[in-house]
Amino acid sequence: MPSKKNATPANPAPATEELEGPPPPEPVSPVQVLYCAVCSFPPEYCEFGSSLTRCKEWLKENYPDLYDKYYSENALTAKVGTLSLEAQTKLEKDTAKKEAKAEAKADAALKKKLASQITIKRIERNKRKHVTAIHGLDAFGVDLKKASKQFASKFATGSSVTKNLQGQDEVVVQGDVSDEIVDMIEAGVGVLKGIPVDNVEIVEEKKKKGGD
Amino acid sequence: MFKKFSPSTDIAGQTPVKSSVQRAIRAAVLSQWKIEPETLEAIWPKKEGLVHVKCREHISIYTVHGEPLIIQHFDGPYYPTLRLLHKYPYILPKVGIDRGAIRFLLAGAPMMCPGLTSKGGYLPPADAALPAGTPVAIHAEGKDNAVGIGLMKLGSEEMRRINKDVGVEVTTYLGDDLWALKAL
Ligand SMILES: [Zn+2]
Repeated sequence: MPSKKNATPANPAPATEELEGPPPPEPVSPVQVLYCAVCSFPPEYCEFGSSLTRCKEWLKENYPDLYDKYYSENALTAKVGTLSLEAQTKLEKDTAKKEAKAEAKADAALKKKLASQITIKRIERNKRKHVTAIHGLDAFGVDLKKASKQFASKFATGSSVTKNLQGQDEVVVQGDVSDEIVDMIEAGVGVLKGIPVDNVEIVEEKKKKGGD
Repeated sequence: MFKKFSPSTDIAGQTPVKSSVQRAIRAAVLSQWKIEPETLEAIWPKKEGLVHVKCREHISIYTVHGEPLIIQHFDGPYYPTLRLLHKYPYILPKVGIDRGAIRFLLAGAPMMCPGLTSKGGYLPPADAALPAGTPVAIHAEGKDNAVGIGLMKLGSEEMRRINKDVGVEVTTYLGDDLWALKAL
């Protein structure tokens, strides 16, 4: 069989010739902007964020040349630009204040997180049928939809994110899997990583007499 | 527009965009932005479906594979998202604010004329004047990347003449709630 390369001039392949016209215009390739791993801004804007100290540490460690570019003494004088000295001082003060505020907020959030409880509720549906409702995972930054998917595939059962009576989202898994879920949290499987197992509580909800 | 934006409460729904509508959006984007068709094709390939994310107050976000790319308010002009603009900084005309105005912008304030007309600010020269209603990339004194995207409230020559009140309204900026959403 003749390969395409060996095609004789008498027998040209039209499709190939068409392709050989002017090359189609190439798309412009995107600029890859570096974003700060701490505050998500391009590093040149870290100074306006609320985590400058940590941003600077990160930049110094990972991009020392950029660190010099933005924070060396020369850069600092040049940066002030057309801003008056008073305005620059005020900006720096504001940044420090913002940072302190953000730190306090982060501290409070962490405390709240450490104090928040995860409740695994075994709910009786029928005589031998249960569902397991897991409440409070979101306080630990767990994406409930992802957790629900993880449970569904782990237990090969139905699982969904639903609102409870208080209107808060929780994950509901078909079947009684409360002990298994505690094990999963303890092992930190998948999206359940980093949850202190001490904050997990198992409760049982019996079917009410004459209930629906 | 996105100072406070929470997907769970501010998004009404997501629908794939009909192909006839996609064609119209593509044509409008090509005419409104300074972008080559092949580059737009690389960002948003014709065979990929655009998804319309309907938000509160007539805000529309268009996504490809969940990544927000285009913003529209009512039937106004199309804006790129700031992350998209960072990748293709030339697609919108530029204005610049002085260093003093940066922190106001980052707090969600509209940009006042003096911040654009001062020595540290930037407006295009008279022969490239921008009319009111133009989407613009907002750059900042001494910075390489755009800090936000806005809409000219006044023409650039008017700003120079009047030099007070709001010159550019800010659509989206670094650190607003849309910035935090890498995928919808
Ligand atoms: Zn940073």
